[in-house]
Amino acid sequence: MNTLILIIVLLGLTTFAYRYGRRKALASVEGSVANLHSLPSYHGAYVALWCGLPALIVVALWLMLQTDMVERLVLSGIADGIAGMSEGQISLLLSDIRNLATGDITTRSPSPMVLAAAERYVELQRLGFALMTGAAVILTSGGLYFGLRAIQPALRARPQVERIVRGLLFIASVIAILTTIGIVLSLMFESNRFFGQVNPLEFLFGLNWSPQTALRADQVGGSGAFGAVPVFAGTLLITVIAMIVAVPIGLMAAIYMAEYASPTTRSLIKPALEILAGIPTVVYGFFAALTIGPLFRGLGESVGLPVASESALAAGLVMGVMIIPFVSSLSDDVINAVPQSLRDGSLALGATHSETIRRVILPASLHGIVGAVLLAVSRAIGETMIVVMAAGLSANLTANPLEAVTTVTVQIVTLLVGDQEFDSAKTLAAFALGLVLFLVTLALNIVALRVVRKYREEYD
Amino acid sequence: MTEAFHVENNPQPVEESVSGMSEAVEAGMPEVDAAHAPTKVKADNVDVFYAEKQALFDVSLDVPENQVTALIGPSGCGKSTFLRCINRMNDTIPICRVTGDITIDDQDIYDPAIDVVQLRARVGMVFQKPNPFPKSIYENVAYGPRIHGMAQGKADIDVLVESSLQRAGLWNEVKDRLSESGTSLSGGQQQRLCIARAIAVNPDVILMDEPCSALDPIATARIEELMDELRQNYTIVIVTHSMQQAARVSQRTAFFHLGYLVESGATEMIFTNPEDKRTQDYITGRFG
Ligand SMILES: Nc1ncnc2c1ncn2[C@@H]1O[C@H](COP(=O)(O)OP(=O)(O)OP(=O)(O)O)[C@@H](O)[C@H]1O
Ligand SMILES: [Mg+2]
Repeated sequence: MNTLILIIVLLGLTTFAYRYGRRKALASVEGSVANLHSLPSYHGAYVALWCGLPALIVVALWLMLQTDMVERLVLSGIADGIAGMSEGQISLLLSDIRNLATGDITTRSPSPMVLAAAERYVELQRLGFALMTGAAVILTSGGLYFGLRAIQPALRARPQVERIVRGLLFIASVIAILTTIGIVLSLMFESNRFFGQVNPLEFLFGLNWSPQTALRADQVGGSGAFGAVPVFAGTLLITVIAMIVAVPIGLMAAIYMAEYASPTTRSLIKPALEILAGIPTVVYGFFAALTIGPLFRGLGESVGLPVASESALAAGLVMGVMIIPFVSSLSDDVINAVPQSLRDGSLALGATHSETIRRVILPASLHGIVGAVLLAVSRAIGETMIVVMAAGLSANLTANPLEAVTTVTVQIVTLLVGDQEFDSAKTLAAFALGLVLFLVTLALNIVALRVVRKYREEYD
Repeated sequence: MTEAFHVENNPQPVEESVSGMSEAVEAGMPEVDAAHAPTKVKADNVDVFYAEKQALFDVSLDVPENQVTALIGPSGCGKSTFLRCINRMNDTIPICRVTGDITIDDQDIYDPAIDVVQLRARVGMVFQKPNPFPKSIYENVAYGPRIHGMAQGKADIDVLVESSLQRAGLWNEVKDRLSESGTSLSGGQQQRLCIARAIAVNPDVILMDEPCSALDPIATARIEELMDELRQNYTIVIVTHSMQQAARVSQRTAFFHLGYLVESGATEMIFTNPEDKRTQDYITGRFG
């Protein structure tokens, strides 16, 4: 709360700095803008950046680091009391202290040591906030002072402001990249631990997937088998079914929208199709599980086919429907991008509309369509909710779409849900699956981007 | 789309818009070789509307066989619109409506019994901007014959492709690179490829809408030469903004202004002794 007020005050000061810088710049040339090197607004922005940026950066860093620092200090204050405790006990103790400090109810009646530590915790936090506010105020006023002092007609405010803006944009992009790298590194690190316990060859080529391991030594439980082939086969099966549904329907819908539909029809159909993409996947999931699954089962029974109530077919079909808008929307854009002159050229040679589509427009937009399909495939591979609800959990190695199968994403979910030690092979298997999934979708995305770029070159 | 078209077959007497003038000109110009050439395309009282807006008013024009007819006039006067009536490319514009009679070899091309696909095979078109398909040079030329089932085997198509490219004057430049993309050619080569593509289906009439406007003078000269050769076998209608080009390549010229056909006749006549003040102003560069 206090922090929020502080930030609002800082932003207010920054706005003030902008106005004041502008005014001062104008005053320095007595209103004749032509004598300024940069426009007054750049002078304003220059002062505002000096004033606001350092303070905001410091506050942000402070907020990130403060809790950790405070906790360290608190723990070192009671170092004697916690000597000999295990890591888990310490973290329990710490959460007690934290709860007490923020006024929440603790689990046990607190010991004097904990009470004292909590008091110290509160105190340190207060101190930290005071220091942070002080630092922010000093930086703001110092920045304001420097910024204003620098203002004179010849100040090269525009290049400097633009350099800072460019820097901020660069930082934003770096944050996204760093996050991705972080995720990948943690995946690799944890997978590595998994492969320390399970042979990678067994994981990649084993045919038996039953990741149940005993929690405690005295428990009855599977010894765990981590052959991931059935899981990948399940993903493949469902993806194939989904693409069999989505690609033809999506493509034909795209052709209809781009080539045949009148503008009014198109303006109705296109948003309607895109609504499909906006339906939450959970909704698709229970639609698949509660409507389509039983429907197929009933149909199967009436013709004497054994259909599991949770089947790859139900999940794949519904997923295919979900993916239709991906294929149709992208393909529609691509088909529309084919220049009208090619259509005219073909029609003027006496080709019919459908010949023109088949022989000129589709080949010319093929690259883009392939890109759309590949993006849809990686969407299908990563989809979880529908499969959790409609395809079942059993890792059958089967090509029969009427049976229940399971997929990589579903296994990741089930491995991580429930009580498990965090460093057991079962839990770590999720990271290995995640890594493989990541690599596959990454490869698909790279191929898709390549293909799309190549397509783009054709009309440039 | 066909509903957008109302062809009124008015059996009213043919009324030359520039009455009597063309006969007089032809009679007085014996050096224009085929002055009495039979009429290939005949337009009578053609009106064209884009939605409510009328783009052509009562245009009547005869296009003689085996000659080059040039359509000239200031921008927006309806030259392209008229040209596109002759192969019914206006059908592809939903808001476009054509009335009046257009016949080719005395056959009404807006007759509902006419198959527009066959019509367009008989009336080829070359566009202002070269628009080769993003296929190989060979496939570009083979496209039309394949669609119309004009050739049986690969050998037939090979022959057709070669002869079309030869007639379009492109064969020597591309004979070693037939499998390269048509879009990899230069602008002038692309335009000649489009001409080859059009003559590969062996049309009677070739329509060209400013075929040289995107080309340099050398490529333009090459295509003008080509038109002169092609006219032995085809009837050519060309839209051009270049007076010199019209004078060089055409035997007949028609001047359009604000949707009206102001005057038409032998090219020499139009350029040396125009009847209408507007024609004179236009060709002497006083407007447009
Ligand atoms: N697709 C269309 N929709 C609506 N109006 C059109 C369309 N095409 C042409 N027009 C109108 O019809 C009139 C004649 O156009 P047209 O293209 O035939 O002129 P043009 O003589 O070929 O001109 P330019 O020399 O610039 O090519 C113009 O007023 C134009 O605005
Ligand atoms: Mg035009």
